[in-house]
Order: sequence, then structure tokens, then C-alpha cells
Amino acid sequence: MLKIGDTEFTSRLFTGTGKFANDKNMLAAIGASNSELVTLAVKRLDLKTGSDNILKPLQQRRVKLLPNTAGARNVKEAIFAAHLSREMLGTNWIKLEIHPDPKYLMPDPIETLAAARILCEQGYVVLPYVHADPVLCRRLEEVGCAAVMPLGSPIGSNQGLATEPFLKIIIEQSQVPVVIDAGIGAPSQATRAMELGADAVLVNTAIASSADPVAMGRCFAQAVDTGRAAFIAGLGNVSEQANSTSPLTGFLNV
Amino acid sequence: MSFVDEFKKLSRSELQMSLYSTTKQDVERALINPEGNLSSLLALLSPAAEPYLEQMAQRSVALTRQRFGASLGMYIPLYLSNLCANECDYCGFTMSNKIKRKTLSEKELVRELSLVKKMGYDSVLLVSGEHETKVGLDYFKQMLPLVKQQFSHVALEVQPLEQTDYQSLMEDGLDAVMLYQETYNPVTYANHHTRGKKKDFSFRLESPERVAQAGVDKVGLGVLLGLDDWRLDALLMGHHLAYLEKHYWRSRYSISLPRLRPCTGGVPPKVELTDKGLVQMICAFRLFNQQLEISLSTRESPEFRDNLFALGVTNVSAGSSTQPGGYDEPNSQLDQFEISDERTPYEVAAAISARGLNPVWKDWERGWR
Repeated sequence: MLKIGDTEFTSRLFTGTGKFANDKNMLAAIGASNSELVTLAVKRLDLKTGSDNILKPLQQRRVKLLPNTAGARNVKEAIFAAHLSREMLGTNWIKLEIHPDPKYLMPDPIETLAAARILCEQGYVVLPYVHADPVLCRRLEEVGCAAVMPLGSPIGSNQGLATEPFLKIIIEQSQVPVVIDAGIGAPSQATRAMELGADAVLVNTAIASSADPVAMGRCFAQAVDTGRAAFIAGLGNVSEQANSTSPLTGFLNV
Repeated sequence: MSFVDEFKKLSRSELQMSLYSTTKQDVERALINPEGNLSSLLALLSPAAEPYLEQMAQRSVALTRQRFGASLGMYIPLYLSNLCANECDYCGFTMSNKIKRKTLSEKELVRELSLVKKMGYDSVLLVSGEHETKVGLDYFKQMLPLVKQQFSHVALEVQPLEQTDYQSLMEDGLDAVMLYQETYNPVTYANHHTRGKKKDFSFRLESPERVAQAGVDKVGLGVLLGLDDWRLDALLMGHHLAYLEKHYWRSRYSISLPRLRPCTGGVPPKVELTDKGLVQMICAFRLFNQQLEISLSTRESPEFRDNLFALGVTNVSAGSSTQPGGYDEPNSQLDQFEISDERTPYEVAAAISARGLNPVWKDWERGWR
């Protein structure tokens, strides 16, 4: 059971709501993934005109909503988005993402840390999206973030765990849950993330842009479960040399 | 240092020769490494790339879906004024045209806004002729807050302004600025822009930099396809785009690819751009720049637009009027140009959905900036 803030999750697969062909398809894919935490962009919400028909079904599915600040380029905009989401959705959970670079959507560490400090002080459950920077993750933990969300590779790129050496350090050091977010493009990569000891993964593009998002959601659910089970079971040591299961000097121990 | 200096270093004749002497092998090399590579963009815009169009389209679709998902942003132009102090022979608003001139009052604008809002839009592109004294900064500052009250995303397509003007308009909620060079051929440019401030090719060429320097979120480039050799114009727009992205990395960029349309007293296209050519352009730009936004207007026919929705475009207008007050009084004969797709926004959204895509009406927050 994974616990973030005051909430427990059975599934360690978090998903997104963007990029799907239609709401029906999105809801079916989320259902197949068994995800219990779904992120959605505050900027996409339009509750005033009633054209926002994804919220109700999501709430009916009893998934927890994690509004995100996508589009924010600095502290001020991120805090505005957080306030807006609390007002619109009645949740103090916020996925903090600040990326001033629209090309690679790299998170800004300086603005993120400053915004995280303010939002934690204001009582938000903050899950910051950051580069795989072990020191930054420690600093975010210190200001009160409920989890950290380091990237595996550029968001939406499906390049997998390009930052693996740093993810290992973050996982080793972190006192709060580590959710690997961005770049996971295949179930095998999600499995690998869980094998490393990540507490959860967040996957959107790989599911939404698949030819069959529902089937892909199911694949990721299985992959995450397998990876987690493998981590708990304990992976064997990786060695440069062969280690025979029937050693030649075994007779000495008889 | 600005793009004007870079532009002067480029040899049009050499680029044109390269475009038309590109080989099949050059195109195949370009397909291996197209992203951010201007040599590859040249090859993909060349006649030699035509046999590879299907391959380019397949990759364009995949890249667009990966970056933008199935989303297609919906926006609508709203014309503020047809007053113009320029002489441009391809435009219905040109100064010498004996047409009725109109600039929306606050009351008229509010009426137009409410009609557009009823169509479902949340993203609006404010357009006007170029008349600095009567439709200048003061007018925009007066009108922008009225628009921002109802619309989350507001873009501007008007005469080039100063950097301080853009900064001032951002305080009123400006999100994007579209500024089209029309053609990157200075000689052709001079032939088509014979009076008014728009005559100044270099001032216009450096204008997108002032927009980006001001910190505007999105900067739109464009050429009017048909004024000159579209392959070369597109390539030079690619150079312009690459320069801007390199120097002003905080802004998003979009391009528009309007083909010359009939208008009152307008010139016919000098260079015909076929449907195939337009598809080639869209795909070439998508392969060159994955995050580039590509807008598709109602200048194109419904059937053709339906086929383009999935190919690489990211923003689509529908139900457009190209005249000031045109949503309230559609038949007032004040159009800038004739539109080709006359379907309602609802019909266009249904066509988008039928292609397995998702029409997105809201993707921005009003108080964001």
C-alpha cells in the first residue's frame, strides 16, 4: 500500500488525462489501468460553461484528482493555478510543474523550489515535477513536499529512464515517495522503474498515444505490478563475471 | 544583432539553387535527421521530396500525436476594424479600395464577443487592418480588457508595435501575437506593399523579436503562399523560426500557411501552390520542429481541411467571418478575403471528432499572466 499525504493507494500507476481522442476513450483507458490518481491540467478546466464533461465521470470512478499547473512559467503563475484548482475542484493536492521552456518542457528548479515552499506553507499537498536532481529532491522534501516526481527523460518523449543513475540516488535517499514522471514510453520501462524501487510511476503519452489506449492501460497496470513484485522479491546482483550455480570448489564445503 | 542581420547573410539564389537541385539521396539523408536541421528542411521542401510525401505524412502524424496527442485547438478570428493605412494589392482592406470602413465600438465588440462565445469558443484572434492613429495601442488597450473578461486566450494580428507596447498589452491579458512577413523576397515584398508603414520590409522582419523580447507567450509567423516561390519562402520562414527559438527560448511559436484567396481588387497568385504542396509544407515543418504549432484557417475547402486535421496541424478556426462586426451582421460586404469552409464550428468539431481527434475549446487560463 502506497501512502502519499493522508491518502493510501493500492495501484502504483498514476495516469493523465491529456492527448486522448475523446473522453470515453480516456475513461476506458484509466479504468483498464486501475489507476487511482489521475492528473489533469487546470488550464483545460472549464466549469463555467459546463463543457467540462470529464470531471464527473472521473469523480464517479472514485479516482483521486491531481490537478497540475502545466503552462505555468514561474512561481506566480503556478500559485495562481494552485489557488484556482482548489477553488474549482475543492482539493489541496497539486502537481507542481513549472516549465518556462516550451520546447523541451524542462522543469525550472529555482522557481519550483520557491513555489513549493509557498504552497506547502499554505497547506497544499505538493507533488513537484522536477529533473532527476538528488539535491533538489532533498530540498523539496525539506520544504514539506508530500512526494517528489523526477523525470525519466523529456516529457512525452517515450525515451524511458535516461536518468536512471540519478533516479537510483533519489530513491535511495528520499524520505518521501518517489514517483517517476515523464518519458516512460513502454510497459517494460515502467517495470524497470518499479524494479529500481520507485514508489509509483506516472504515465500519460504512452497510453494516450497508443493505437489501443485501453489495452495499453491494462499492459501498464500489469507491468507496474510486476516491477513492484520484483523489487520486493529482491533482484539478483549484477556481476561482470560468471557465477556458476555449481561451483568447481563446491566439494570443499561438503 | 537581429534576424535582419542573419537574413542579409543568406543568399537567396544559393538557397533556391539548392532547393531545385536536391537529389533523392539528399531527401533520404534529411529523413534520417530532420529535427532542427535547416539543411533537412530544405531537402524536405524541395521538389525531390514529393515522392516521399506519404512517408513524411506518416511521420508527421506520429510526431504530432506524440507531442499534442489527439487534441486540436479551436480558435476564431474576430475583426476589430478594416481601416488600413497601407497599400497591399492582395488584401481587401487596402487603402485605395473604395469600401465602407468600420471600426468596432465597445458596444459592438461586446456584441460580437457574446456571439462568438455562444459558438463555444474560448480562444479568440483579434484582427484589424493597419491604422496606427485610429486603431493603435490606445484602441487595443481599451478593447483588450473587454475581450479578456470572456475569453481565456487572446491573440492579436495587427500592425507591428514596439516592445513596450506589447509589454503594456500583456498587462491587459495579451497571450499571443501573429505577425506575418507575407513573403521573404524583398523585391516581391516591395512590389506588393507600395504605400504605408508596411513598406518597411526590415521593420516587419524584426518585429517578431520585439514580441518575444516583451515576453509574449506565443509568436506566430506566416507567409502568404502565392506571392512568391513558396518553397523558398517556407525555407526562409524556417530560418526565421530557428533564429527566434534559439534566441527567445521562453516563447512558443506557431506558423500559419494561408494560400492567397480572392478578394475585392486582389491580385491572382503568382505561384500556384497545389494541395500536394501545402501538405508537403505541413509535413516538412512538423518533421523539422516537433513542438511547432500549425494553424489552419477557413481559407481552405471543407474536404481538404478534413484531410489536413490529422496530418500535423494543431489549431483550427471555424465559422469565421473576415469583416468587422461580421458575426452580428454577416452580409455587410466588408470582408478582407473570401472564406472557403463555411461550416459552423459545431459541424467542424464533429468532422474533427469523426477523424478520431479531439476538438479542444479551452486550453488556457484567463488569469494566467
